[in-house]
Amino acid sequence: MKISYAHMGTATYAVEALLSRLGHEVIVPEPPTQDTLTLGTKYSPEFACIPFKMVLGTYLEVLERGAEVLVSGGGMGPCRAGYYGELHKRILGELGYDPEMIFFWPPLKTPRAFLRKVKRLKENASWFRVLGGLRLLWEKIKVLDGLEQLSHRLRPQEINRGSISKALERALDMIREADTVDETREAHQRGEKLLRSVKVRDVDPDELLRVGIIGEIYVQLEPAANFYLEEKLGELGAVAKRSIFMTDFTKEDVLNLKDESIEELAEPYIPENIGGHGRDSVGETIHYAKEGYDGVVQLAPFSCIPEIVAKSIMPALSDKMGIPVLTLFIDEQTGDAGIGTRLEAFVDMMRSRRRALSRTAAPGAD
Amino acid sequence: MKRTAVIGIPRYLSYFSFGELWERYFEHLGFEVTISPPSNQDILDEGVRETVNDACIPIKLFHGHVKSLRDKADYLFVPRLGGTRTRYTVCPKFLGLPDMVKYSLSGLPEVLAPRLDVRQRSIGAWRELVKLGVQLTGRRLAASRAFAQARRVLADKVSEIQREGLPALGFPQPSDSDLTVGVVGYPYVIYDHLANGGLLEQLLRQRVSVRTPELVTDSQMKERSQQFPKDLFWFYSNRTLWSGLHFMDADRLDGLVHVTAFGCGPDAMVGKLLEMESRQRGVPFLSVMVDEHTGEAGVATRAEAFVDMLRRRLRGGSAS
Repeated sequence: MKISYAHMGTATYAVEALLSRLGHEVIVPEPPTQDTLTLGTKYSPEFACIPFKMVLGTYLEVLERGAEVLVSGGGMGPCRAGYYGELHKRILGELGYDPEMIFFWPPLKTPRAFLRKVKRLKENASWFRVLGGLRLLWEKIKVLDGLEQLSHRLRPQEINRGSISKALERALDMIREADTVDETREAHQRGEKLLRSVKVRDVDPDELLRVGIIGEIYVQLEPAANFYLEEKLGELGAVAKRSIFMTDFTKEDVLNLKDESIEELAEPYIPENIGGHGRDSVGETIHYAKEGYDGVVQLAPFSCIPEIVAKSIMPALSDKMGIPVLTLFIDEQTGDAGIGTRLEAFVDMMRSRRRALSRTAAPGAD
Repeated sequence: MKRTAVIGIPRYLSYFSFGELWERYFEHLGFEVTISPPSNQDILDEGVRETVNDACIPIKLFHGHVKSLRDKADYLFVPRLGGTRTRYTVCPKFLGLPDMVKYSLSGLPEVLAPRLDVRQRSIGAWRELVKLGVQLTGRRLAASRAFAQARRVLADKVSEIQREGLPALGFPQPSDSDLTVGVVGYPYVIYDHLANGGLLEQLLRQRVSVRTPELVTDSQMKERSQQFPKDLFWFYSNRTLWSGLHFMDADRLDGLVHVTAFGCGPDAMVGKLLEMESRQRGVPFLSVMVDEHTGEAGVATRAEAFVDMLRRRLRGGSAS
């Protein structure tokens, strides 16, 4: 069957590998553009958040390209996203599309339904093949995450602006072409070598600014939704450390193995899970402050409820922990230049703050 | 002897559903209870000033109510409202409400934030409220008894509303109405004059009978819930959607009005679903969005136009 799904950062290519392994014709979604968002916004409720609109836009694009089946993850609340699949289905129905939609929920919570859906998706493929596909998926997710992380570390030191991004793109293509676990590993090594061969300035890593990225998962993972924030920070000379990578997400949200320490850190401020990643945002801010980061950028879709709760705690938290926090709420009106300007100002502020801190730490030093 | 401690309860959000219970409970336990005044412009202005700017109007109003109680009480009662994890829950703002209030407003008295289950008859609410009572007074038996009494008062109130309709909530129905309209939304938006620009009064003044979700029984709601493959999770959103369906399918009302607050996350879903369902059935549907700038004149104009359209339709024109 012709199968497709929503774009979500580099994980898009890992999912492609799994589905084509199962013998499906995969229609790989393109990275969302402004047009995708405009299309999605047109048919979405006004106050749905940007992930809803961007995903709807992507669905419309892949349906035009002939997709018959749409696969998606889902949640159990209290964040709204858990219901998004149902509403997407209804909206697509009103527009005259009738794709089969398969939503996966955390397997440990609804094991039987999960198995039924897996069976539907595997069709005639053997279980052996499914296992092989899953291994390949996991391997790809791991190396894709690894390459991305490496690029975030290297970008602030690049000599020619854009050279790391270009190398990363080529490295990702290598991973995409790999058909087996071994080939993936080998492609990873080639990709890493390629990234490391880019000319960089020789700087002490301790001198680079470090920024933690926190917030809602979709706008963190989908660069098109956050205006390529990590690239922007890197080009401004700051190392971006994202809090969610697909590998962690799989462990925590898909397999339900929660990172207890982040929750414990957030406990005094928000004692209970409030849905989405609201509580994680608070815990991670504390974590980054303790690790000596220079600042935190909180990313969230406009009208995202859990992140609004987190944001209302941020001023007090930032004061108490002594870490600057920049909150960016993103909607379809947000502009690239606006984000750029705010990031520049934030990086300038972190830089002068660090200078001021080092002066007080070492009086007399220049 | 020590003077009686004062517990302040904000007259907003879940107060509209459970206020009677809480008020009676603390009174039975021997506390003095003070409730914030009905929403007014000062409360709204203070709320808008203090609350994180991305929040919806109800959350801003709630902060205003809390602030108005700041110097009048020894304790503030701001329950953390939630549900069972798998069945349904409430909007995340209710879960994080005590945290938002504590970190946004300074100089508050001690905040009492028991974790309550939204289903009023549930054991969870009982256990947590009694635990709080024991903490405050040290008298377990008295706390259990106070809760039992308070719960009866609330149950009586709920059945009175379902028996007598809106008059029991302080909105007399017109005697000569030719139209009946369902107004759905969250109680803190529908029944708060400031939040909705007096929409209910407007409709009643135009000789329209009004029905609201509080008039629909649990079993009627449950019947409607079968129409959706997956519940919406949120307590109030489920009630809004189900009662909307009930008004259209069982009561065959002449029209449906959805009142929603600007920036309300769950309502982005509920509103869209109601819009689609009413279109399928050919039932006239009006969505009224309210925010801190909503004025009575604007709401009145929209209500009038809607009612005019319904009356034309009733006389045989096809104006849907």
